[in-house]
Amino acid sequence: MSAGVRDAAAGLACPRPVSGYAHIVLGHGGGGRLTQRLVDDVFARAFANPALAPLHDGAVLRVGAGRIAISTDTFVVTPRWFPGGDLGSLAVHGTVNDLAMCGARPIALTAGFVLEEGLALDELERLVDSMAAAARDAGVPVVTGDTKVVDRGRGDGVFVNTTGVGVVPDGITIAPARAAPGDVVLVSGTLGDHGIAVLSVRDGMGFESAVRSDSAALHGMVGALLAALGGDVHVLRDPTRGGAASALNEIARSAAAGVAIDEASLPVAAPVQAACELLGLDPLYVANEGKLLAFVPAARADEALAVLRAHPLGRAAARIGHVVADHPGRVVLRSRIGGRRIVDLLSGEQLPRIC
Amino acid sequence: MKFVDEYRDAAAVRRLVATIAARVTRPWTLMEVCGGQTHTLVRTGLDRMLPDAVTLVHGPGCPVCVTPLEQIDRAIAIARTPGVTFTSFGDMLRVPGSDTDLLAVKAAGGDVRIVYSPLDALRLAERRPDREVVFFAVGFETTAPANAMAVWLAARRGVRNFSILGSHARVPPAIEALLADGARVQAFLAAGHVCAVMGWDEYEPIAERHRLPIVITGFEPIDLAHGVLAAVTALEAGRHGVENVYARAVTRDGNVAARRLLAEVFEDCDRAWRGIGTIPASGWRLRPAYAAWDAERRFDVGAIAPREPAECIAGAVLRGAARPDRCPAFGTRCTPDHPLGAPMVSSEGACAAYVHVAALA
Amino acid sequence: MCLGVPGRVTRVTTDADGLAMGTVDFGGLAKDVCLAWLPGVAPGDYVVVHVGFAIARVDEAGAHAVFALLEQLGQLDELAAAGGDAP
Repeated sequence: MSAGVRDAAAGLACPRPVSGYAHIVLGHGGGGRLTQRLVDDVFARAFANPALAPLHDGAVLRVGAGRIAISTDTFVVTPRWFPGGDLGSLAVHGTVNDLAMCGARPIALTAGFVLEEGLALDELERLVDSMAAAARDAGVPVVTGDTKVVDRGRGDGVFVNTTGVGVVPDGITIAPARAAPGDVVLVSGTLGDHGIAVLSVRDGMGFESAVRSDSAALHGMVGALLAALGGDVHVLRDPTRGGAASALNEIARSAAAGVAIDEASLPVAAPVQAACELLGLDPLYVANEGKLLAFVPAARADEALAVLRAHPLGRAAARIGHVVADHPGRVVLRSRIGGRRIVDLLSGEQLPRIC
Repeated sequence: MKFVDEYRDAAAVRRLVATIAARVTRPWTLMEVCGGQTHTLVRTGLDRMLPDAVTLVHGPGCPVCVTPLEQIDRAIAIARTPGVTFTSFGDMLRVPGSDTDLLAVKAAGGDVRIVYSPLDALRLAERRPDREVVFFAVGFETTAPANAMAVWLAARRGVRNFSILGSHARVPPAIEALLADGARVQAFLAAGHVCAVMGWDEYEPIAERHRLPIVITGFEPIDLAHGVLAAVTALEAGRHGVENVYARAVTRDGNVAARRLLAEVFEDCDRAWRGIGTIPASGWRLRPAYAAWDAERRFDVGAIAPREPAECIAGAVLRGAARPDRCPAFGTRCTPDHPLGAPMVSSEGACAAYVHVAALA
Repeated sequence: MCLGVPGRVTRVTTDADGLAMGTVDFGGLAKDVCLAWLPGVAPGDYVVVHVGFAIARVDEAGAHAVFALLEQLGQLDELAAAGGDAP
């Protein structure tokens, strides 16, 4: 690949200044020589693949027959580096996962960057290298991209947008509206890891914990699930911002059905539970970046669970509830002590509380 | 988590609830005075598991809900001041002031930050001598010592660019005021962590004078069920007085060191409770020796003319005199998405709690 | 008003102002906490923490009280159930 040793986690870099600048300047977005060198030395070098190589306005791909899935997402997380991940790898995993949640086999990604004047080039290189590694590991190349630079103070460092295309095999129709009364709701693993990992390194909230973001590409596990259950996979959703609660609410609304979940069966890792207790957060509303919710007919739930658990990313998969005809559009939780409460959409972001 | 998980045991809660149901012979109205208690009751659905004869009223134990509108407006004005870094617990960010809230100030470019502890705000002031760091020191007796410590340390370390905007409330005067106002409450569930700090000597005269049970409870489902059981048992037997069922954290004297610090830094003062009015000696303000760290003195934000939304009946709700779902604006013009008053914003506010109840009906 | 969480003290030190500070473990998460209001607190003790301050020690005997009550209630239930057979 490239000359120069990079260890993203340790932050070491063999410095290779792009034209002698250590930071992004407005000129890097000007379209001239500085831009060309930024693209060549940072992006093209890291993402290197045949579809990208022409460095043309767009990439041309052969995708075969089937329905095209397309998904886009923009990544703005701060801090940009957190236990278990970073903005770069997150940008790859997030869009790969969105495609997977459509039942698609991801084919390729784009990467659009908005860089703030003053961003350290060294950090940009580490982020891009992390993205490239994530793309390689996922088998989904970044085939085209864009870079813009904004004045200092207008950009919070880096914003990354990734758009992905994939192909959905015939016979697979994943749609929230397919959730039907009687369906079982499965989750592929523990809830809240990502959100807590990010919080743990945020200023003013600091605590030491072993919690690492679960940021991961799910398309392999989804592929296994679809291979086993085919069209019986009714809904897939990755519960990112807003957590499982938000995802379940959206599905309940789309399907005009009720979702009943059982608090005692929600898998939450002990240190995540502890962090939520301390900060007054509900794990149901905390973001995940490497988990999925699956809605399958009751008769196939055991099989689906076995497939998930057989996969490295699904070892802690669990059955957490089912779809009902009651309270359409609403999610109702049965608490550990046997009471009931509505799990509503939050008005905005979940905030830590002291009361 | 030890001392947490075991207090969430379903079978134990069911047994306590069944015992309550077996002992109750007539209707009783209990008031719980801590937002944390409200939160657990709503989250677990415990309040609806209790027999119909037991009515739980949510009292004014939500410091977010009772912070005067004027103080919210003042916080917003200070947060908008150039050079100010305004720090706060997360709870306060969405509480509506007369025009806007702190979250909107942040969106408009104000430096508004959430902190977990008042010490985090002090540390920020020490790290950023170029900023004026203000901490929104809201809370009941549980939180007041922590706020006091931040000021005490600031004074000791000579940190000049730090100040607090205080809104401290004391529970016993509020209970007295409610009872004097004719609240038809027959027993109180007192706040366990308030009492962990203050002990319970202040509650004994109240229990005596009004001849009612005051039961100090913790915040887990077993704690609350235990508290209701103790209150109902006392009521059925015609007994009154203070009973502590949060024995793992509360003693009669409370935390002596914390109380000493409170006395050093704060003095009693009259205090306005949003929606209720002024209750004498129900608050704390900084003593003159610490006046330099009082944000109200440091920042002249001009005249504050608070305007409560005419429709909001928060006061009656907080007094236990009105049920949120009977408010004409409930669920229509006042919802968690566009709240008219604080009890709809706070996750433990009485009105927000009722949104849940209504949705489950 | 009262989010207080119990945790186990793992370390006690004294800071530059002479205040007792320490680390409290909450089932896998460690946080720095001010221990100044619990004189004599030692590693191994359980404390209740609110906004970064330990406000009370957890009393193990007190912690058990409700479970003793529950046992009593359970025995009463059993007696009541067996009541029809009592001589």
